[in-house]
Amino acid sequence: MNLEYLWQGFAVALTGQNLLIGLIGCFIGTLVGALPAIGPINGIALLLPIAYTMGLPAESTMILLAAIYCGAEYGGRISSILLNVPGDAGAVMTAMDGYPMARQGRAGEALALSGIASFVGGILGSIGLALFAPLLAGLAIGFGPAEYFVLMMFAFATLGSMVGSYPAKTLIACTLGLMLATVGLDATSGAYRFTFNEPELGDGIEFVVLVIGLFSISEALIILENQGRGMTVIRELGRMTARMSDIVKCTGTTLRSSLIGFVIGVLPGTGASVSSAISYTTAKRLSDTEGTFGKGDVRGLAAPEAANNATACGAFVPMLTLGVPGSGTTAVMLGALMLYNIQPGPMLLTERPEIVGGLVASLFVGNLILLALNLPLVQIFARVLTVPNWLLVPGILVLSIVGVYSTHSSVFSIFLMMSIGMVGWLLRKAGFEMAPIILGFVLGRLMEVNLRNALAISGGDPSILFSSTICNLLWVLAAAVAIVPFYLSRRSRRRKMLMAAE
Amino acid sequence: MKQIFSSALFGVAMATLAFTASAQAEPTKPECIAGAKPGGGFDLTCRLAANALLETKQISKPMAVTYMEGGVGAVAYNHVIGKRGKDGNVITAASSGSALFLAQGKFGRYDENAVRWLGALGADYGVLVVAADSPYKTLGELVEAYKADPASFAIAGGGAVGSQDWMKGSLLAKAAGQEPKSMRYVALEGGGAVLTALEGGHVKVGSGDAAEMVKHHVAGKVRILAVMSPERLPGDLADVPTAHEQGFDIDWPVWRGYYVGKDVSDADYDWWLNAFKKASETSEFAEERKARGLFEFTLLGKDFEERVKADVARFKILAKEAGM
Repeated sequence: MNLEYLWQGFAVALTGQNLLIGLIGCFIGTLVGALPAIGPINGIALLLPIAYTMGLPAESTMILLAAIYCGAEYGGRISSILLNVPGDAGAVMTAMDGYPMARQGRAGEALALSGIASFVGGILGSIGLALFAPLLAGLAIGFGPAEYFVLMMFAFATLGSMVGSYPAKTLIACTLGLMLATVGLDATSGAYRFTFNEPELGDGIEFVVLVIGLFSISEALIILENQGRGMTVIRELGRMTARMSDIVKCTGTTLRSSLIGFVIGVLPGTGASVSSAISYTTAKRLSDTEGTFGKGDVRGLAAPEAANNATACGAFVPMLTLGVPGSGTTAVMLGALMLYNIQPGPMLLTERPEIVGGLVASLFVGNLILLALNLPLVQIFARVLTVPNWLLVPGILVLSIVGVYSTHSSVFSIFLMMSIGMVGWLLRKAGFEMAPIILGFVLGRLMEVNLRNALAISGGDPSILFSSTICNLLWVLAAAVAIVPFYLSRRSRRRKMLMAAE
Repeated sequence: MKQIFSSALFGVAMATLAFTASAQAEPTKPECIAGAKPGGGFDLTCRLAANALLETKQISKPMAVTYMEGGVGAVAYNHVIGKRGKDGNVITAASSGSALFLAQGKFGRYDENAVRWLGALGADYGVLVVAADSPYKTLGELVEAYKADPASFAIAGGGAVGSQDWMKGSLLAKAAGQEPKSMRYVALEGGGAVLTALEGGHVKVGSGDAAEMVKHHVAGKVRILAVMSPERLPGDLADVPTAHEQGFDIDWPVWRGYYVGKDVSDADYDWWLNAFKKASETSEFAEERKARGLFEFTLLGKDFEERVKADVARFKILAKEAGM
């Protein structure tokens, strides 16, 4: 394949001005990623008019936006790990093992290790994009509604691993998420479901509102409650670098999660929230032999972080090869191109190679900058933990409210977020986990919409779900991921028995 | 003599009045509300007004764009009516999709009379597309094939049942003598998803807008069979016949316009109207419109208001026919 465009791209990305723009973008991206509720889309919406009025050329603007996008995937982990408040969609699963690590006084280690996992995911994703983009375009169009549905079946099969010590509670939480996903306009019939004639519920419950409510508001309430009971939290920061042994331990998980993340990123219908969930649950399904996941296992931390960064790169594949957005953020970037009088389309690479090349090259440069930016800053980020509660709790609340308001300009969303937060707090006190609710919500909506679209295509004939190679492959994988762990655990038990017998 | 003098005086007085009225009413904080995510159709509409008005010096400060996502503009509609009814600073982006949703009662309890319609500055047109390797070369062939075997045609659109893409599909079904209700409509998320579904062979027909499909048509990834416009569209689509030319009474202009709150003063309303009118006559505006993939469609003030009301009335009948 001709990589001419990429070298041309490096020449574009490595000019002084574009390097500076990349650096600014990475910094702002990390910031909007770390702030709860505000994600890359908002960062881009904020900076796009500025870039446009400043008269930046189109390729520089694309570099800026790509840097923000990648930066946000790095930044999201910070608040997940330190506060149990996911900074953006892809960082929900990062809290599963990241926050327990912080509680054990390994916050600095968790930040450094997840930074490295993010970097590996980002660089592998960029390589995948640069080398295989045209090949993968076929994959993106190969996925129709039926294929997406079976992919979701696969995701639910990996969810089996989420069933913790209280399977009933996990299932109830997951069902709750599925129920919340049904709110809003039902695309296949045009009817509004459970909106109570409230226009603001027309699009359903916003992901951001749900996540911030369930995690951030309930977390603030729990901190307050513990404070009231006189319970003090140990706030040790620990070492500020990752242990070599942990990096080695994570290698397999990181590589596998990068691959999962990249492939799911290539699919236009799914994003970082799905890829991080699948990579986490897959990692848990395959590697959690001692039951350490969810209690601060480094592999549980590396999996979602490698995946969400690889997803961000994968999302550029349909954007650059097919001219269709691979995620919400790339949709905004395509819109931005139109501001520059560039009609995005499948001919973008041949018509404007400097834009495509500059963007791909800037992903490599950006990931290097982000690693360099993130590792030394771990020390500063970790200081968040030393903030006293009287400042921390109002801080979390203010950031959550400002964040949700700034993305929706709606007071209704704030009240909805608060109510969800109160319910979340009660659920947490009753021993429910929040992550299964989110997973049920994200996967359930995709599963329903795609099943109904698939059946609309076939006229109600379910055989469409077994009609393509991709479908059948995914069914096999789903069956495997559901059955193999049982087999593995039985084998290890038998081996233990044998050893005991000897 | 006296008469001439007094009419001249009257003219001067009117001119002064008009001048002071427009000078006084320039909004201090011009704002455009886009009822969707950044980068979407409403954003495009807002940017068109913002850039055109600034470039033609109708406004002295840049116009801010506020995003208020939800219900394809329903949230913004309710917000303007409830909170910004008197605010002369703010205009809100709308499209024929807004009229379609109003006709179906999907904008809450308000109807099309709850705001003041200001004007439209451009339009896109509906298109029907098939994959590049599809056997159908004309709309006539497609309709014939659809007639013969309606059960094998899944039509994909970038919106829910009840959206504009769905309406275009149901117009096709109607042209083929089929019940729109039994149409196999696949509701995807946006035009990009329609393109991938077509290219991947998951659906046979896609409905969308000219601007989002034209690049893919030129690149040979999909084929536009018909544009739903009264006349052929200029530029890359000049060789694509209209539905009318092919003998089908199907048209679907997607106008892009603006409204203000019901209680905005006449002075403010007239100021905006005047600014739109002046801007729309310039060549800079034509460039801005073209850059956004839109075609000429300027309809201001009363004409626009009548158009919106006529559209809503027409869509009510269409939606009923299609079984909504």
